[in-house]
Amino acid sequence: MNAPFQPDLVSLDQLKLGTRAVVAAIDWAMLDEGEACRLKHFGFDEGVAVEPLHLGPFGRDPIAIRVGRMTVAIRRAHARAVRVVSTA
Amino acid sequence: MHPLPLVAVAGSPNAGKSALFNALTGARQKVGNYPGVTVERKSGGLVLGDGRPVELVDLPGAYSLDPASPDEAVTRDVLLGRQGGERQPDALVIVLDASNLDNHLRFALQLIELGLPTIVALNMVDLAKRDGLELDRERLQRDLGVPVVETVAVRRRGIADLGAALDDLLAGPVRRPMPDTPSDLLRLQRRAREVASAAVLSETPVRRWTHRLDAVLLHPFAGPLILALIMFVMFQAVFAWSETPVGWIESGLGALSGAASDMLPDGLLRSLVVDGVLSGVGAVIVFLPQILILFLFILLLEGSGYMVRAAFLMDKLMHGAGLSGRAFIPLLSSFACAVPGIMATRTIDDPKDRLTTILVAPLMTCSARLPVYTLIIAAFIPDRSVGYGIGLQGLVMFALYIAGIAGAWLAALALRRGVFKGGGGGFMMELPKYQWPAFKDVLLGLWQRAAIFLKRAGTIILGTTLLLWALASFPQAGPGEKQSEVSVAGKIAGGIHKVVAPIGFNEDIAMALLPAMAAREVAVSAIATVYAIDASDEEVASATLAERLQGRWSLATALAFLAWFVFAPQCISTIAVTRRETNSWRWPLFMVGYLFILAYLAAGATYWTAIALGL
Repeated sequence: MNAPFQPDLVSLDQLKLGTRAVVAAIDWAMLDEGEACRLKHFGFDEGVAVEPLHLGPFGRDPIAIRVGRMTVAIRRAHARAVRVVSTA
Repeated sequence: MHPLPLVAVAGSPNAGKSALFNALTGARQKVGNYPGVTVERKSGGLVLGDGRPVELVDLPGAYSLDPASPDEAVTRDVLLGRQGGERQPDALVIVLDASNLDNHLRFALQLIELGLPTIVALNMVDLAKRDGLELDRERLQRDLGVPVVETVAVRRRGIADLGAALDDLLAGPVRRPMPDTPSDLLRLQRRAREVASAAVLSETPVRRWTHRLDAVLLHPFAGPLILALIMFVMFQAVFAWSETPVGWIESGLGALSGAASDMLPDGLLRSLVVDGVLSGVGAVIVFLPQILILFLFILLLEGSGYMVRAAFLMDKLMHGAGLSGRAFIPLLSSFACAVPGIMATRTIDDPKDRLTTILVAPLMTCSARLPVYTLIIAAFIPDRSVGYGIGLQGLVMFALYIAGIAGAWLAALALRRGVFKGGGGGFMMELPKYQWPAFKDVLLGLWQRAAIFLKRAGTIILGTTLLLWALASFPQAGPGEKQSEVSVAGKIAGGIHKVVAPIGFNEDIAMALLPAMAAREVAVSAIATVYAIDASDEEVASATLAERLQGRWSLATALAFLAWFVFAPQCISTIAVTRRETNSWRWPLFMVGYLFILAYLAAGATYWTAIALGL
């Protein structure tokens, strides 16, 4: 759960739009049971390719993210639980 | 007598499951509710090639058997044979989006593990091809170990093949499913990705339509502008297009009432037919045009994939009130009428978000309040400018709209902090690919909404209208007595007056409040009736209603009356539809209670402030 400190890891909400990345770790403890379940349903998992595509017009929230072959929208607070490593 | 074999149609959201279900069953569908929950149960009949009838049930879309919503819990319970009021399915049709196999195969693998006789419909193969994806159906069939049929449900393609496969499946020996074995989502997900990539023959990267459209429709500036434009057109249509059919309905009912009055002698029977039955039926069907137009837009927005984008754009603003972006369109619709608005909350997945939205929807200023507002403003607010070309009357009207929105905002916050504590699912939604909605599916959806409204809400509305009629008609007035005073309604009005006197309401208003439960605008005609009866000489009778109000009401009373109508839940149709949509009397009663308390407090505060200011 607690991945060792890696300097090239960023949380998904910090990733610039259009930056391709791969999920390195997900801090499930930051999410409640339903939210964690939904993220798994969307296919969030270590090694999966992600790319933030769009931001909500108000407060840059929520974030539309490509996960594998689908696009999902989640709030910034939930994206924070996903640690990614940029592949660009 | 054995019941018909039950075939369940299951799949992840946005796999085109409902379109496939429609294609298989046609228009003959039954829409109901699973007992005890507000999850819709849709079923329909299908006749197999050998003439055997089977029943198909459209299970709520689910990403897995581990539920994250009440809909998904029903899907799991039906499949495991644990859902009350439903037998365990004999066979399963799993619907997959061909261009999203990596994700949708997870649920499919989990379902196949159940061991029921199963077919996989590889749906939307046309969109997958458009995205440059070539799939190996036979490889997929081998890896999954169940028949795989290619379909394009919205275009009704591959449906015959699917029917034939279902024939073969049900001709085989009956298999009983495995007991529930706990499965690990992540393990299934990884296996799904393996199977999916093995099934991909070739993938040509193409610039996808959905991405191009999203670049515009979700653009930080253009996106909200386009949404505002679409909402403006929708809102205009709900008002403007419904005017003519509502006119037909009203003149048709008027003609019927006239004919009934001519045919029946003056008395209780005529009163029952004209004031009871016909006005009750009228109160129901007068909503139909608005419901149909609004749902036409909602079904098109939903079917095209735009609805989720609208929710995405508005989520942050709605989040401020403790709601999700999904609540935006139902609440906006409630400015026309809360009845279709509340029916539209079905698009909100999270039950707490949905209930909160239903409970605050009546605070949006609906069109039935306009006659009341217009009358009182015309009578009591001077028609003068406050500068910059802004009229005082218009300003008061605007303030009433804002008061409703502010009230809804605060009520939603309070409900989310109190009654519906704890975060729901927040906002986690898939943005599906854009596609043209199928005409047949839209028509079928419209028909189902209309039927639900007429059958379920209609009976309550008609019943309550008849009850109000009976209260106003019994006991009958003797000679020299006024019906409005002798009747039970009159007695109740006397009681109401005692309660509302402290907030500045006079006896006329107390008389109007009970009939106005049928619909808010009835308050206007009820007050008009009271004055018409009491008007003795011709001079008074010729005065307009507004002029007569000026003589009888103080400004403080008039303002309190306006404040009352911002909040008061005076609409049995809204209460009936809330009963229907929440599947219990608990929430409509809660809604009526808190809104009346708010109305009382607001009217009282307005009255005493106005008195204190010497108005």
